Amino acid sequence: MRLEPIANPSALRRLGLPALALVATMAVAMALALVAGANPLAVLGQIAKGALGSKLAVLETLNRATPLIFTGLAVAVAFRAKLWNIGAEAQLYAGAILAVVLGTGVLGSPWVLPVSALAAMLAGAALLLGPVLLKTRLGVDEVVTTLLLNFIMLLFVSYLLEGPMKDPMGMGWPKSTPLIAEARLPRIVDGLRLHWGFALAIIAAVLVWVIQTRTALGFEIRAVGQNPEAARFAGMPVNAVLVKTALLSGGLAALAGWSEVAGLKGHLSSDLSPGFGYTGIIVAMLALLHPLGVILTAIFVAGIFVGSDAMSRAAGVPTYIADMLMATALLFMVLAILLTQVRVVRG
Amino acid sequence: MSAVIDILISASFWAAVIRIASPLILATMGELICERAGVLNLGIEGIMVIGAFAGWMAVYQGMPLWGGVAVAMAAGMLFGLLHSTLTVPFGLSQHVVGLGVTLLATSSASFAYRLMLPEVTSPPKIVPFQPVKVPGLADLPWLGDALSQTALTWAAFAVAGVVAFILYRTPLGLAVRAVGENPAAVEAQGLSVTGLRMGAVIVGSGLMAVGGAFLTLSAFSSFFFEMVNGRGWICIALVVFGAWKPGKAVLGAILFAAFDALQIRLQQTPLGAALPYQLFLALPFILSILALILMSRRAEVPAALMLPYNKGER
Repeated sequence: MRLEPIANPSALRRLGLPALALVATMAVAMALALVAGANPLAVLGQIAKGALGSKLAVLETLNRATPLIFTGLAVAVAFRAKLWNIGAEAQLYAGAILAVVLGTGVLGSPWVLPVSALAAMLAGAALLLGPVLLKTRLGVDEVVTTLLLNFIMLLFVSYLLEGPMKDPMGMGWPKSTPLIAEARLPRIVDGLRLHWGFALAIIAAVLVWVIQTRTALGFEIRAVGQNPEAARFAGMPVNAVLVKTALLSGGLAALAGWSEVAGLKGHLSSDLSPGFGYTGIIVAMLALLHPLGVILTAIFVAGIFVGSDAMSRAAGVPTYIADMLMATALLFMVLAILLTQVRVVRG
Repeated sequence: MSAVIDILISASFWAAVIRIASPLILATMGELICERAGVLNLGIEGIMVIGAFAGWMAVYQGMPLWGGVAVAMAAGMLFGLLHSTLTVPFGLSQHVVGLGVTLLATSSASFAYRLMLPEVTSPPKIVPFQPVKVPGLADLPWLGDALSQTALTWAAFAVAGVVAFILYRTPLGLAVRAVGENPAAVEAQGLSVTGLRMGAVIVGSGLMAVGGAFLTLSAFSSFFFEMVNGRGWICIALVVFGAWKPGKAVLGAILFAAFDALQIRLQQTPLGAALPYQLFLALPFILSILALILMSRRAEVPAALMLPYNKGER
């Protein structure tokens, strides 16, 4: 077989195939439910109900979507430039650490929130800067270095929580001292369990979209991603663009950790992120790397996770079905997107 | 310092080094085959997890230990088939597909584990491979202890030899290496680029899964969710460190295992007590990054690595 580019893909092809990918993922969900001995339609219904069935469920889904919007944006920005940042997990924890360092009494109102957010972004950016400089200077593959840094960072967090950051009132649990009240992100509406991190995530998505579509940097990022050789030939400072992309991407991922600590948890623990950094890759790919699309796919992915937790308790299908479905959706989606641009011919 | 020397000359230390190196050698050979054929396989981490799980579960269900190895290999090959179908004929991003395969394989293992053992709090144990007594070798004073290893360890070293032999001494190996350097030339010879690359990824994934199964069937006797713990990513670094050559990669794995075995022992010394234990645990990952930096200038990357091949283009 051989792939042949399609000059003008029809609207049906461009929209139908991604839709088919989602339908195929649902079919896999139903098959997995059958394997687990549950009623497939009931399982789908319980996932939907668990994610959106009540006001509490919707708020839980939006809360879960908040870090995913940030990590999804981080991945979308980087992947657009073909910068393979798989280290959002580590950058997230870098942001979380800064939220604790600056939020436990060093700074007071009104400076603590903006300063700690900025510092978190710088820490996340710095963490990605190393792998990117290794890539541009020495040609070291950033996938492996950013992945390895995730493990190093988790051990560093574990060290902080058992040592310098340990909460003396923590009854032996490895968690940090809690943030002071001024360092906490307030709720958007009184009485509703949804913090300002969600609103900031949406603002971040819009800002990224503006940067990508309305600025020279956005144009350069796309050009470098499409064809670095051509971009270099056109006189573009390719390495400088990659470094700027990295700073943006690492900073966004760090905000995920910062907002989880300042908005939701109020302290740092080593289970702060159940893989938000990795899930961000799925969020970004499902959104076709579009920053505004990331908002929708993050809510969708968060809904699947929240819904699966609820379904698992009710129907007894292991909650890991959510991770399987997300991986399946990712693989179906990249294939569907390819097939919107090429057709398979014999020979 | 003398504490370190005492460790380094003890037979039990070298026995541990060889034991720790075994799964790394198996999985590194698997990744090396894939990359020599031109395909980066980031599914390795998840494929090791599914291998560890499938092998252990098969033995727990009553299969013999080698049957467990075969089941693990088959599971790995299945995910290799998925990976290579998407990355070779369809030429999709090897980064994205590889991470997707890792997520799918890892979550499949967790899902199947919970489905088959819904109630358990700690995973059941199996009777793992035991050290084999090699006649004549087992009675030697120091060497006998250091080489007191399971059959799966001996198999790991044998696999490395077989991989090196096939890659450098057979027409098939030549074709696999060529397809990672210049696929168009291979096509011109009338060979199938797609077939060679898919075959390499499927076989390589099988070896990765056996590397994972080593953890449950030889090193430990149970399956834990986090047990692979980045070993797959370390193996990717080992392939680079070994300059894509089996012999050097085996040496890299042994060197790496030596550091790992050393850090475990150093933790028990006064020096280890003074430093946070997380520093020792992070050492393998820090070393991997250093290895990548060290080798970056001398790396002899397969020329067509990560470049999909589409017939009729260029």
